Amino acid sequence: MDLINNLSTGFGVAFTLTNLLYCLLGCILGTLIGVLPGIGPVATIAMLLPATYALPPVSALIMLAGIYYGAQYGGSTTAILVNLPGESSSVVTVIDGYQMARRGRAGPALAAAGLGSFFAGCVGTLILAAFAPPLTELAFKFGPAEYFSLMVLGLIGAVVLASGSLLKAIAMIILGLLLGLVGTDVNSGVARYSFDIPELTDGISFVAIAMGVFGYGEIIANLSRPEEEREVFTAKVSGLFPTKEDFKRMLPAVLRGTALGSALGILPGGGALLSSFAAYTIEKKTKLHPGEVPFGKGNIRGVAAPEAANNAGAQTSFIPLLTLGIPPNAVMALMVGAMTIHNIQPGPQVMTSNPELFWGLIASMWIGNAMLVILNLPLIGIWIKLLTVPYRFLFPAIVLFCAIGVYSTNNTTFDVWIVGFFGFVGYLFFKLGCEPAPLILGLILGPMMEENLRRALLLSRGDWSVFVTHPLSATLLGLAVLLLAIVLLPAVKSKREEAFVED
Amino acid sequence: MRIKSQKDFFAGLMFSAVGVAFAVGASNYTIGGAARMGPGYFPLLLGIIMAVLGMAIMFTALTVETADGEKIGKWAWKQIFFVLMANFLFGVLLGGLPSIGLPAMGMIVAIYVLTIVASMAGSHFVLRDVLILATVLAAGSYFAFIWALQLQIQVWPTFITG
Repeated sequence: MDLINNLSTGFGVAFTLTNLLYCLLGCILGTLIGVLPGIGPVATIAMLLPATYALPPVSALIMLAGIYYGAQYGGSTTAILVNLPGESSSVVTVIDGYQMARRGRAGPALAAAGLGSFFAGCVGTLILAAFAPPLTELAFKFGPAEYFSLMVLGLIGAVVLASGSLLKAIAMIILGLLLGLVGTDVNSGVARYSFDIPELTDGISFVAIAMGVFGYGEIIANLSRPEEEREVFTAKVSGLFPTKEDFKRMLPAVLRGTALGSALGILPGGGALLSSFAAYTIEKKTKLHPGEVPFGKGNIRGVAAPEAANNAGAQTSFIPLLTLGIPPNAVMALMVGAMTIHNIQPGPQVMTSNPELFWGLIASMWIGNAMLVILNLPLIGIWIKLLTVPYRFLFPAIVLFCAIGVYSTNNTTFDVWIVGFFGFVGYLFFKLGCEPAPLILGLILGPMMEENLRRALLLSRGDWSVFVTHPLSATLLGLAVLLLAIVLLPAVKSKREEAFVED
Repeated sequence: MRIKSQKDFFAGLMFSAVGVAFAVGASNYTIGGAARMGPGYFPLLLGIIMAVLGMAIMFTALTVETADGEKIGKWAWKQIFFVLMANFLFGVLLGGLPSIGLPAMGMIVAIYVLTIVASMAGSHFVLRDVLILATVLAAGSYFAFIWALQLQIQVWPTFITG
């Protein structure tokens, strides 16, 4: 069996002392930022990107991946104990999780979230390991036209499944694509939109944009809101383990959540956030057993299913990144950045040219998930303490990490000015109700898209029909049109809006 | 004519303006044709699409009724000012400003100033707490970035280290 062979290579890489340490570090950091409301994996990974320069590429990716799926675990703790989503993907966990805590059942709720996440994480990783090789085969058949169409599909998928206004999301993607074009054009050597500033000929540092928009922008937005009263259920976490009754209810919900999350994670635009929303909606549609607590009043299924789904989605969203080189969401876009920092071109060739990186990363996810269960269940007390740290101590620290991080990327203060500028832009987006995540996707894909468009049209001698005459490319574009059409259907449109205002 | 969604209207305006700016900028570069694209082709295309999208967003903002007018609301000028000022001063102190002859003051000074200025953006400001926080952050950063990661950052002011 190839899979077994590959996985043993992977575990060989992941089980070295250094990599275990970085995996643990990633998981701890992930849980930490998951628990703390107001800072998410996008900002954290952006902050830490520069710091990973010094690490070997495998260790760097293992750590950054740990932050993403670790945040899915940590987010549920805050959701259950404080009635605040620690992470955007645990927004729906708040609904039933907090109600359980108020009824003195915080322990079982935390356990349901932790165990559900663990199961889903293992399954998601297995799917990643099994599906990556065949998809990679397919990716080698792709020419520039197919790649361009795939990116169009990816970007359309990202906005269709995201929340908020469709038009604004598409405009944000295009803004991202345009910002990605700033700097020297590789084909002609012309410095575009650089205004004769030498630092801009290398392009705008994407770390600076991500940190400005997600770090500073969000801090300003958070500070401008009146401080919420936080009621932390610290003393009431007793009797961690769910009853037999709970297990009976949880199990099918976890299974459904895992299946749904794994499927949605692979889709462009998918990942943790969408998966948890969808899983909660499905659970609500199922019939209640006699004697079961209704949804919204502390039903354990309302915690287990979305938590399983968001973790499964977090794992499987690595599939398009590792096989096709196309990031399906903003976190994966940052992973592309991390790979390029280490001179690894994301795409189908990673598996053959860097097998130890590819399989090591996958194997580390298993180890990471096991670490996270331990970090989040027996050691829950530590994280609860953290919840009592007020935001006024946290935000200056975040400002500092952003500033140091961005400075150390290139050791130039120019990037510090850029991050400040984009901090203001990020707040402007918040004020105007524009979701920033599609911008980051566009930013990463901009140069790749232009390159493939140019190549495709060069090969076809300027004939645009190449995108529809190649069967693979036509299929991908067809899917993108279909997605748009479905979302614009009046019935789906109202449902979509409903699903996203549910918090 | 009444604006029915203030947020959407100004978002649309922003997209249109930026789109037009990029498209105009692109016309300074060689455009070329589809078969041989110049550096201006793709940005021109995107700029035009974005400007059109922005107009569509403005149009919906003027026609589609919303419950509360989706007002933009008050700007958090105080928070914007202190957070961005903290960032700006950090850059100036860390790297110095050679153009006006200001020497680099190094990381430790920069961290204290950043923490104090950034904290002013919050609703409570207790100097003692802020100083404790700054000290913790300075020590932590020294440990993490200088000692553990060995980043090349100047730690102390130039006139001390020479």
